Amino acid sequence: MSESMIYNQTFSSDLHISADVQKEIQQLWQDRGMSDMDLPDMQLALEEGLANAIKHGNKLDDSKKVTVECYLDGDIVRVVIQDEGEGFDLTDVPDPTLPENLDKPSGRGVMLMKAFMDDVLYNECGNQLTFIKRCTFNS
Amino acid sequence: MASDVTRFNIQTIDGITIAKFIDNRILDEATIQVIGEQMYRLVDDHGLRKVILDFESVEHLSSAALGKLINMKKKMDAAGGQLAMCSLRKDLKKIFDVTKLTKVFDIKDTVEKALKGF
Repeated sequence: MSESMIYNQTFSSDLHISADVQKEIQQLWQDRGMSDMDLPDMQLALEEGLANAIKHGNKLDDSKKVTVECYLDGDIVRVVIQDEGEGFDLTDVPDPTLPENLDKPSGRGVMLMKAFMDDVLYNECGNQLTFIKRCTFNS
Repeated sequence: MASDVTRFNIQTIDGITIAKFIDNRILDEATIQVIGEQMYRLVDDHGLRKVILDFESVEHLSSAALGKLINMKKKMDAAGGQLAMCSLRKDLKKIFDVTKLTKVFDIKDTVEKALKGF
Protein backbone atom coordinates (compact mmCIF):
# COMPACT_ATOMS: atom_id res chain seq x y z
CA MET A 1 0.00 0.00 0.00
CA SER A 2 1.41 3.41 -0.90
CA GLU A 3 0.74 6.66 0.84
CA SER A 4 -1.62 9.14 -0.77
CA MET A 5 -2.37 12.74 0.10
CA ILE A 6 -6.05 13.17 0.89
CA TYR A 7 -5.99 16.82 2.00
CA ASN A 8 -3.81 19.86 1.49
CA GLN A 9 -4.74 23.38 2.57
CA THR A 10 -2.89 26.61 3.27
CA PHE A 11 -4.75 29.26 5.25
CA SER A 12 -4.27 32.45 7.27
CA SER A 13 -3.55 32.17 10.99
CA ASP A 14 -7.14 32.52 12.11
CA LEU A 15 -8.74 30.17 14.63
CA HIS A 16 -12.14 30.41 12.93
CA ILE A 17 -10.68 29.33 9.60
CA SER A 18 -8.84 26.60 11.44
CA ALA A 19 -12.16 25.33 12.82
CA ASP A 20 -13.54 25.10 9.27
CA VAL A 21 -10.42 23.29 8.05
CA GLN A 22 -10.74 20.82 10.92
CA LYS A 23 -14.35 20.11 9.96
CA GLU A 24 -13.31 19.40 6.36
CA ILE A 25 -10.58 17.00 7.45
CA GLN A 26 -12.87 15.32 9.99
CA GLN A 27 -15.45 14.80 7.24
CA LEU A 28 -12.83 13.19 5.00
CA TRP A 29 -11.83 10.81 7.80
CA GLN A 30 -15.48 9.97 8.48
CA ASP A 31 -16.16 9.41 4.78
CA ARG A 32 -13.33 6.90 4.75
CA GLY A 33 -14.86 5.07 7.69
CA MET A 34 -12.51 6.05 10.51
CA SER A 35 -13.77 4.37 13.68
CA ASP A 36 -15.53 6.27 16.44
CA MET A 37 -12.69 5.14 18.69
CA ASP A 38 -9.97 6.85 16.64
CA LEU A 39 -11.82 9.90 15.35
CA PRO A 40 -11.89 11.86 18.64
CA ASP A 41 -8.17 11.18 19.18
CA MET A 42 -7.34 12.43 15.70
CA GLN A 43 -9.55 15.49 16.20
CA LEU A 44 -7.77 16.27 19.46
CA ALA A 45 -4.32 16.05 17.87
CA LEU A 46 -5.43 18.15 14.91
CA GLU A 47 -6.88 20.83 17.19
CA GLU A 48 -3.76 20.92 19.38
CA GLY A 49 -1.41 20.97 16.39
CA LEU A 50 -3.25 23.73 14.54
CA ALA A 51 -3.77 25.80 17.71
CA ASN A 52 -0.05 25.62 18.46
CA ALA A 53 0.86 26.59 14.89
CA ILE A 54 -1.49 29.59 14.91
CA LYS A 55 -1.02 30.82 18.49
CA HIS A 56 2.58 29.92 19.30
CA GLY A 57 4.11 29.48 15.83
CA ASN A 58 2.59 32.36 13.89
CA LYS A 59 1.63 34.29 17.04
CA LEU A 60 -1.89 34.96 15.70
CA ASP A 61 -0.43 37.04 12.86
CA ASP A 62 -2.99 36.53 10.09
CA SER A 63 -0.49 37.58 7.42
CA LYS A 64 1.33 34.33 8.20
CA LYS A 65 0.06 31.06 6.81
CA VAL A 66 -0.44 27.57 8.14
CA THR A 67 -0.28 24.57 5.85
CA VAL A 68 -1.89 21.29 6.77
CA GLU A 69 -1.48 18.09 4.79
CA CYS A 70 -3.13 14.78 5.52
CA TYR A 71 -1.92 11.46 4.14
CA LEU A 72 -3.33 7.96 4.24
CA ASP A 73 -1.35 4.75 3.80
CA GLY A 74 -3.66 1.82 4.39
CA ASP A 75 -4.77 2.34 7.97
CA ILE A 76 -1.95 4.73 8.85
CA VAL A 77 -2.91 8.41 9.04
CA ARG A 78 -0.17 11.03 8.87
CA VAL A 79 -0.78 14.75 9.34
CA VAL A 80 1.82 17.45 8.69
CA ILE A 81 1.30 20.99 9.98
CA GLN A 82 3.69 23.74 8.95
CA ASP A 83 3.70 27.31 10.27
CA GLU A 84 5.77 30.36 9.35
CA GLY A 85 7.09 31.03 12.83
CA GLU A 86 10.65 30.80 14.07
CA GLY A 87 10.06 27.38 15.54
CA PHE A 88 10.98 26.16 18.97
CA ASP A 89 13.08 23.61 20.76
CA LEU A 90 10.90 20.91 22.25
CA THR A 91 13.35 20.52 25.12
CA ASP A 92 12.63 24.15 26.12
CA VAL A 93 8.95 23.39 26.77
CA PRO A 94 8.48 23.13 30.55
CA ASP A 95 7.24 19.77 31.81
CA PRO A 96 3.59 20.52 32.71
CA THR A 97 3.51 17.59 35.13
CA LEU A 98 6.14 19.06 37.45
CA PRO A 99 4.60 20.24 40.72
CA GLU A 100 5.49 23.89 40.01
CA ASN A 101 3.71 23.74 36.63
CA LEU A 102 0.65 21.71 37.54
CA ASP A 103 -1.62 24.70 38.09
CA LYS A 104 -0.48 26.60 34.99
CA PRO A 105 -3.36 26.90 32.53
CA SER A 106 -1.33 26.19 29.36
CA GLY A 107 1.51 24.06 28.01
CA ARG A 108 -0.12 20.62 27.70
CA GLY A 109 -0.83 20.45 23.95
CA VAL A 110 2.24 18.47 22.89
CA MET A 111 1.83 16.11 25.83
CA LEU A 112 -1.77 15.33 24.82
CA MET A 113 -0.78 14.73 21.21
CA LYS A 114 1.92 12.31 22.36
CA ALA A 115 -0.58 10.52 24.61
CA PHE A 116 -3.07 9.84 21.83
CA MET A 117 -0.88 9.50 18.71
CA ASP A 118 1.57 6.71 17.84
CA ASP A 119 4.23 9.22 16.88
CA VAL A 120 4.70 12.99 17.19
CA LEU A 121 7.68 14.59 15.47
CA TYR A 122 8.99 18.10 14.87
CA ASN A 123 11.44 19.19 12.21
CA GLU A 124 14.80 20.55 13.33
CA CYS A 125 13.73 24.18 13.72
CA GLY A 126 10.37 23.25 15.24
CA ASN A 127 7.93 24.89 12.83
CA GLN A 128 6.73 21.68 11.23
CA LEU A 129 4.80 19.08 13.18
CA THR A 130 4.04 15.56 12.03
CA PHE A 131 1.75 13.20 13.89
CA ILE A 132 0.97 9.63 12.94
CA LYS A 133 -1.58 7.11 14.10
CA ARG A 134 -2.66 3.68 12.93
CA CYS A 135 -6.45 3.84 12.89
CA THR A 136 -9.27 1.41 12.39
CA PHE A 137 -11.42 2.02 9.33
CA ASN A 138 -14.82 0.43 8.91
CA SER A 139 -15.26 -0.68 5.33
CA MET B 1 -29.29 31.05 36.00
CA ALA B 2 -30.52 29.02 33.04
CA SER B 3 -30.52 32.02 30.72
CA ASP B 4 -26.80 32.74 30.98
CA VAL B 5 -25.41 29.25 31.58
CA THR B 6 -26.67 27.51 28.46
CA ARG B 7 -23.81 25.05 27.94
CA PHE B 8 -24.59 23.21 31.15
CA ASN B 9 -27.55 21.38 32.62
CA ILE B 10 -27.78 22.73 36.14
CA GLN B 11 -29.21 20.78 39.05
CA THR B 12 -28.99 21.51 42.77
CA ILE B 13 -29.01 18.80 45.45
CA ASP B 14 -28.67 19.71 49.13
CA GLY B 15 -27.07 23.06 48.27
CA ILE B 16 -24.54 21.47 45.92
CA THR B 17 -24.70 22.51 42.28
CA ILE B 18 -24.20 19.85 39.64
CA ALA B 19 -23.21 21.44 36.35
CA LYS B 20 -23.38 18.88 33.58
CA PHE B 21 -21.61 19.67 30.32
CA ILE B 22 -23.89 19.55 27.28
CA ASP B 23 -21.13 19.48 24.65
CA ASN B 24 -19.54 16.13 23.92
CA ARG B 25 -16.38 17.50 22.35
CA ILE B 26 -14.81 20.55 23.95
CA LEU B 27 -12.08 21.08 21.39
CA ASP B 28 -12.48 24.23 19.34
CA GLU B 29 -11.50 27.63 20.61
CA ALA B 30 -14.94 29.25 20.28
CA THR B 31 -16.69 26.51 22.27
CA ILE B 32 -14.00 26.57 24.95
CA GLN B 33 -14.28 30.34 25.30
CA VAL B 34 -18.04 30.23 25.85
CA ILE B 35 -17.90 27.27 28.23
CA GLY B 36 -15.11 28.93 30.22
CA GLU B 37 -17.06 32.16 30.61
CA GLN B 38 -20.22 30.34 31.66
CA MET B 39 -18.30 28.16 34.11
CA TYR B 40 -16.63 31.20 35.74
CA ARG B 41 -20.06 32.84 35.99
CA LEU B 42 -21.18 30.08 38.34
CA VAL B 43 -18.64 31.33 40.88
CA ASP B 44 -18.35 35.03 40.04
CA ASP B 45 -21.95 36.00 39.27
CA HIS B 46 -24.03 33.31 40.93
CA GLY B 47 -21.88 33.00 44.00
CA LEU B 48 -21.88 29.21 44.00
CA ARG B 49 -19.35 27.65 46.36
CA LYS B 50 -20.09 23.94 46.07
CA VAL B 51 -19.94 22.76 42.48
CA ILE B 52 -19.63 19.39 40.79
CA LEU B 53 -18.70 19.40 37.11
CA ASP B 54 -20.33 16.37 35.50
CA PHE B 55 -18.44 15.13 32.42
CA GLU B 56 -20.73 12.22 31.54
CA SER B 57 -21.47 13.61 28.07
CA VAL B 58 -17.93 14.70 27.28
CA GLU B 59 -15.87 12.52 24.95
CA HIS B 60 -12.83 14.71 24.54
CA LEU B 61 -11.39 18.06 25.54
CA SER B 62 -8.29 19.94 24.49
CA SER B 63 -5.43 21.46 26.45
CA ALA B 64 -7.09 24.88 26.14
CA ALA B 65 -10.16 23.45 27.90
CA LEU B 66 -7.91 22.08 30.65
CA GLY B 67 -6.66 25.63 31.10
CA LYS B 68 -10.21 26.86 31.71
CA LEU B 69 -10.79 24.09 34.26
CA ILE B 70 -7.59 25.03 36.09
CA ASN B 71 -8.69 28.67 36.20
CA MET B 72 -12.11 27.57 37.48
CA LYS B 73 -10.43 25.61 40.26
CA LYS B 74 -8.31 28.65 41.17
CA LYS B 75 -11.41 30.85 41.28
CA MET B 76 -13.23 28.39 43.51
CA ASP B 77 -10.23 28.02 45.83
CA ALA B 78 -9.87 31.81 46.07
CA ALA B 79 -13.57 32.10 46.94
CA GLY B 80 -13.21 29.46 49.64
CA GLY B 81 -15.43 27.03 47.79
CA GLN B 82 -15.16 23.42 46.74
CA LEU B 83 -15.02 22.02 43.23
CA ALA B 84 -15.30 18.36 42.25
CA MET B 85 -15.54 16.50 38.96
CA CYS B 86 -17.27 13.26 38.13
CA SER B 87 -18.26 10.74 35.47
CA LEU B 88 -15.16 11.00 33.29
CA ARG B 89 -15.07 8.54 30.39
CA LYS B 90 -11.98 6.41 29.81
CA ASP B 91 -10.38 8.71 27.22
CA LEU B 92 -11.09 11.77 29.31
CA LYS B 93 -9.61 10.14 32.40
CA LYS B 94 -6.51 9.42 30.34
CA ILE B 95 -6.13 13.16 29.62
CA PHE B 96 -6.16 13.93 33.35
CA ASP B 97 -3.87 10.98 34.11
CA VAL B 98 -1.15 11.83 31.57
CA THR B 99 -1.15 15.51 32.54
CA LYS B 100 -1.20 14.51 36.24
CA LEU B 101 -4.12 16.87 36.76
CA THR B 102 -5.62 14.10 38.88
CA LYS B 103 -3.42 15.67 41.59
CA VAL B 104 -5.06 19.06 41.12
CA PHE B 105 -8.72 18.09 40.81
CA ASP B 106 -11.01 16.11 43.07
CA ILE B 107 -12.25 13.49 40.61
CA LYS B 108 -14.91 10.95 41.52
CA ASP B 109 -16.39 8.09 39.50
CA THR B 110 -20.04 9.10 39.90
CA VAL B 111 -22.21 12.06 40.89
CA GLU B 112 -23.26 10.18 44.02
CA LYS B 113 -19.65 9.73 45.14
CA ALA B 114 -18.89 13.37 44.37
CA LEU B 115 -21.90 14.50 46.45
CA LYS B 116 -20.63 12.47 49.41
CA GLY B 117 -17.32 14.37 49.23
CA PHE B 118 -18.96 17.64 50.31
